[in-house]
Amino acid sequence: MNKKNIRNPEKIVDLISIEKSFDKIRAVNNVSLGIKEGEFFSLLGPSGCGKTTLLRIIAGFEKPENGDVFINGKNVNSVEPNNRPTNMVFQNYAIFPHLNVSENVGYGLRNTNLNKDEIAQKIEEALNLVGLEGYHKRASSALSGGQRQRVALARALILKPRVLLLDEPLSALDKNLREQMQFELRQLQKSVGITFVLVTHDQTEALTMSDRVGVMFNGKVDQVASPEEIYNKPQTKRVASFIGNMNFFETEYLEKNSRTISVCHKDLGNIKLLKSNIFGDDKSKLTIGIRPENFKINNKNGKKQSKSFNAKVVEKSFMGDTMLYGINLGENDHHTYRISISDIKNTPSPNIGEEISVYFQEDDIVAYFEE
Amino acid sequence: MYFSEHNKKGWRLLGVPFIFAIFLLAVPIATMTTLSFWTQDYLTLIKTITLDNYKQAWFQPVFQTLFARSLIISLTVTFITILFAFPIAYYISFYGGKRKALWLFLITIPFWTSYLLRMFLWKVILGYNGVLNSFFEWLGVITEPLTFLLYNSNAVVLALVHGWAPFAILPIFVSLEKIDRSLLEASNDLGDNNLSQFFRIILPLSMPGVIGAVLIIFIPCIGDYITPKLVGGPEGLMIANMIQVQFSKANNAPLAAALSVTSLLIVGIISLLFVFLNRKYLRNY
Repeated sequence: MNKKNIRNPEKIVDLISIEKSFDKIRAVNNVSLGIKEGEFFSLLGPSGCGKTTLLRIIAGFEKPENGDVFINGKNVNSVEPNNRPTNMVFQNYAIFPHLNVSENVGYGLRNTNLNKDEIAQKIEEALNLVGLEGYHKRASSALSGGQRQRVALARALILKPRVLLLDEPLSALDKNLREQMQFELRQLQKSVGITFVLVTHDQTEALTMSDRVGVMFNGKVDQVASPEEIYNKPQTKRVASFIGNMNFFETEYLEKNSRTISVCHKDLGNIKLLKSNIFGDDKSKLTIGIRPENFKINNKNGKKQSKSFNAKVVEKSFMGDTMLYGINLGENDHHTYRISISDIKNTPSPNIGEEISVYFQEDDIVAYFEE
Repeated sequence: MYFSEHNKKGWRLLGVPFIFAIFLLAVPIATMTTLSFWTQDYLTLIKTITLDNYKQAWFQPVFQTLFARSLIISLTVTFITILFAFPIAYYISFYGGKRKALWLFLITIPFWTSYLLRMFLWKVILGYNGVLNSFFEWLGVITEPLTFLLYNSNAVVLALVHGWAPFAILPIFVSLEKIDRSLLEASNDLGDNNLSQFFRIILPLSMPGVIGAVLIIFIPCIGDYITPKLVGGPEGLMIANMIQVQFSKANNAPLAAALSVTSLLIVGIISLLFVFLNRKYLRNY
């Protein structure tokens, strides 16, 4: 075999410069991505960002115009979906309506050379795995949303794929069931040890379940990292604003040192940024981002922290575990920035209209170069 | 309660179709059935109840032959039509793309001329001096016109297949359209190739359309009168032709009625049996 067809074996899925267009619209734009054996990987992005297309390219339902797809070290560009070591859980589950639960779950085994008893045995195991014991003869039309999803999972897992592809598998479920299934999916992935690739637009889903997350926008993967890193160090401004909440401030560039860059904001004052927290190509302007929970409120009589600024409370809402504030900086500023206080008991509770003093840590700040 | 406003509204709504059904369906069938138990002496009806007509209809070889032939022709037509219609419906549904509507429109074009004309045209094509014979003579393949083309059962089958094809294409097309395409991807994903996918997913899920098409073709074909009359010759006559003869020339309306009721029973029993055997495909998904 030549070198082009053998890739790093650690990467169970390896995508090299994948491009795919639909009617002149670039759905996937030069994406290279490696997914490690045994990990729970999520592709996260807003709708229309190309994440589902990328998943379908891995499954073989879409053929990329350019680039190579390697699965388990083998180039599968010309391999049809039925011969790929992948299986998929479809967004609408695609349960065969004319078949009962057993027939659905055992569907793929009929294409192997297992005998009837072995197939029955495996169906039994798969149903136990997803918690559908005794549902064998149930008609597929008599299943609830959650049960349909379990059938779809069992049907895909029964074939022991190298990679299980999940296309927004939880989006059709109601909130409580969704949270329960997030947990169960994670447990299932750990117990079967199969690589899971999940597509979702729900950041909570991606962050809570995954080992690593790839964030996509307009056909490009902006960042691939652990959920913590994605949240704490988003590498592009659109990742920063897509994941969680982020307050952005435009600043003026002051000076550059070996480890830091100093910038100035009219209300926040001078700020020293760690170079490792700054992303993008060197340009004249820097936009800094501070998460709502990284703002703290100074005690009125206590000593003020070093990086403090004054603000006016314009919104206040109690979320149960946190208190959310909206603040304006200065008289003429009508942009509302967000503060989230989790330690409600030990923090002053200013009312709307009150002037407060807010502080932050410079290390928590991320920054992006912009034109 | 009985004459509540709600009930009255219901009766008013149902009234017209109810009267329609009574006079155009129930009354004719009842009349026909009653007639089949009477006898006729030249122009007078003898209203004594008898089973003589049924004895004749069921046990006289000439009627048995006609029933058997009608049944065989009708089944053959149904089978061949479905066999041709399915690939066409399949093509339009899966490869029609943006031109699906155009394809369906083209399929309905034969209906722009009357059924009678369409059947008559086969006389022109298959006849002694017809299109096919002239063409073959011009090619030099034959010296004498072929006589086996027209005036037999095969000609009847051919003409009926042509006449009924669109009725088979449309229901099959609709049921193919209803198949969720992600099911096809799922079956591919689970290891099916195109052939196994066809037999495991596409065919079972399109069965409601196929069953509909079978009934739509089989039921009217068995009683077709004009096609065997035009292209069937003496060898291709069917039961409807005999019924017509009994009603008119033979002046034996009771026997004609018994033959009619018998064909009704045959069609009814076969259709019900067919639906019953395929009932698993007709569940509501």
